[in-house]
Amino acid sequence: MSHKVLIPIGPYHPLQDEPEFFRLYVEGERVVDIDIVIGYLHRGIEKLSESKHFDQVTFLVERICGICSTSHPFAYVNAMEDLAKIEVPERALFIRTIIAEMERIHSHLLWLGLAGHFIGYNTVWMWAWRYREPILDMFEMITGNRNHYAMMKIGGVRRDIKDEDISILKKTLDDLLPAVDMFKGAVMDDPVIKARLKGIGILTKQQAIDWAVVGPTARASGINIDVRKDDPYGAYDKVSWNVIVEEDGDIFAKTIVRILELYESISIIRQCLDKMPKGEIDANVKDIPSGEGIGHVEAPRGECFHYVRSDGTNRPVRHKIRAPSYMNVASNKVAAVGGTLSDAAITLAAVDPCYCCTERLIVLDKHSDKKIMNGWDLIKLSQEKTEKLKKIIGCKS
Amino acid sequence: MIKIFFNYLIFPGFLFSACVGLIAGWIDRKVTARIQWRVGPPWYQNFVDIVKLLGKETIVPAGAKITFLLSPVLGLLSTILVATILGVTVRLPLESFAGDLIVVLYLLIIPAIAIIIGASSSHNPLASVGASREMKLVLGYELPFILSIIVVIIKSAGSIQIGSILNHQINFGSNLASFSGILAFLVAIICMQAKLGFVPFDMSEAEQEIMAGVFIEYSGLPLAIFKLTKAILLYTMPLLLIILFWGRDLTPLVLIAKYTALLVTIILIKNTNPRLRIDQALRFFWGPITALAIIAVILALLGL
Repeated sequence: MSHKVLIPIGPYHPLQDEPEFFRLYVEGERVVDIDIVIGYLHRGIEKLSESKHFDQVTFLVERICGICSTSHPFAYVNAMEDLAKIEVPERALFIRTIIAEMERIHSHLLWLGLAGHFIGYNTVWMWAWRYREPILDMFEMITGNRNHYAMMKIGGVRRDIKDEDISILKKTLDDLLPAVDMFKGAVMDDPVIKARLKGIGILTKQQAIDWAVVGPTARASGINIDVRKDDPYGAYDKVSWNVIVEEDGDIFAKTIVRILELYESISIIRQCLDKMPKGEIDANVKDIPSGEGIGHVEAPRGECFHYVRSDGTNRPVRHKIRAPSYMNVASNKVAAVGGTLSDAAITLAAVDPCYCCTERLIVLDKHSDKKIMNGWDLIKLSQEKTEKLKKIIGCKS
Repeated sequence: MIKIFFNYLIFPGFLFSACVGLIAGWIDRKVTARIQWRVGPPWYQNFVDIVKLLGKETIVPAGAKITFLLSPVLGLLSTILVATILGVTVRLPLESFAGDLIVVLYLLIIPAIAIIIGASSSHNPLASVGASREMKLVLGYELPFILSIIVVIIKSAGSIQIGSILNHQINFGSNLASFSGILAFLVAIICMQAKLGFVPFDMSEAEQEIMAGVFIEYSGLPLAIFKLTKAILLYTMPLLLIILFWGRDLTPLVLIAKYTALLVTIILIKNTNPRLRIDQALRFFWGPITALAIIAVILALLGL
């Protein structure tokens, strides 16, 4: 076969649990080109955020994604504390760090299971998710919720970690460690997994820099970036841990990075539990001054960035969010092209895409597929509408 | 005449083999579920699935050819015939006819060919990718499979009649009880894994890549027929291997025990491996597996 065939992955496809659309142009089994279309989950969070007051926004951004459901609020409260120059109690910082690292564990185990599923290894899928379950139970014990923990608050955290919970949490982590050892052994020693993952979907260091990927995707390509080390927030500068970097850039390296990060996360949580001081967990913030602030955290998928501007009222006038998948998904354009169709399935999933975090809106012409509206057009449209409204209610511009 | 029809349609043909195959399919699902910390379905689940499919609408995609509907029937008829020949031979080895081993080998390729024809005529790019994968896979596993069966033929004094292969084993011990027999048996198990479309060789219907590939356009009755074909294959393939390699004692209880052991083996292989890529599978079959099969043939010629 020498002619190109279009293989659609999406908008609904058993490969991925969220709607997305990859148009794979295939010659035989080889992928020669790929179109990435996202935007099926756009919910206008940034705009919605402008209509909520600052405390509500914490819960709104938590609902951007069900998996990074503490990274977004964490980044948002960091931005708010940067804006209002709030001094957060030390104990709250440690609790935030513990929650964020527990989230990393559950997210990486979730990815590990999905990766197994994508290469047809359903046993890994079920096992990884089984060992993820105690972590979710811990979330339920500490925060009352399995997925949307609602722990973050501007100036602190909403719930304390009780002393009797600490020993249970430590025991859960002890039980998790042999499982992580098992997964590490299973991935590193299995010749068939190696055959499927090694040398596949390579993103070289230069490509990773060019496509500005973040998080484990970048660290697997030999780039040493991690917001937790580069610009410490929470309690990350008070504990000792390593940034895991692999050089190969293939899917095997991405898997290894994530598995080794599980060890680091477990170690960070243990140190935090030991070093956590007693005291207040909330700075009791009353007013938010005008100004602007940025906050970024290392989400399980990479850097999650929030920018908030306040004009002294109780609502943000601008709230900009950049989720890590926005950068990572685009890198599939180089990672998946040139591989086979079988490899494309795992390559597309290897950046741990999270589409609902990352959706942008574009308006297409139905007949020609041409973009008739981009971000700037929408802003202009919005400004015109505001002008029109102002004229109607007779307000001076 | 009535006896032939009875044999073909009821016992040991269609009805019996389908029931055994669906039960075997349930064992597959149950063992898989237990390995994966799940509960698994009740024993009648596969029967219910087939009945449910019979009640569903049959959708024929626009642009599909008549072979789209004919090929499932072709596959089913040939697998029933294999089940009948093997079933009759197990009970009455003397009733087998000369050269039935060759007939069985031919009939066993037909389901794969039926899948390829059906998928190619379903007018879907994913199905055609699946069909091309299935075709490459057939090319891959047929050579070592036939080589492993040549070992059996050599060991049974050149007989190509299943009945006399059985008799030979009853008199001189199982073919498995030798170096060449063990090697050929291993090769045959791996080829069976591919013939059944189990992981690591399920790339023709890889759901995560090409969404069930060859079966993507099938629904209702034709899909049910394909599922039945697969179920009957799950009964006949291990049975064929037991007859050819492990056929010294085939009293019903022993046969069931041997069958279950073989079935659980392939289920374990299925659940402890990821899916291979088609090029890797082809390299695997034409490289190490064929080499093993050739060594087995040489050993058999040397009388080991």
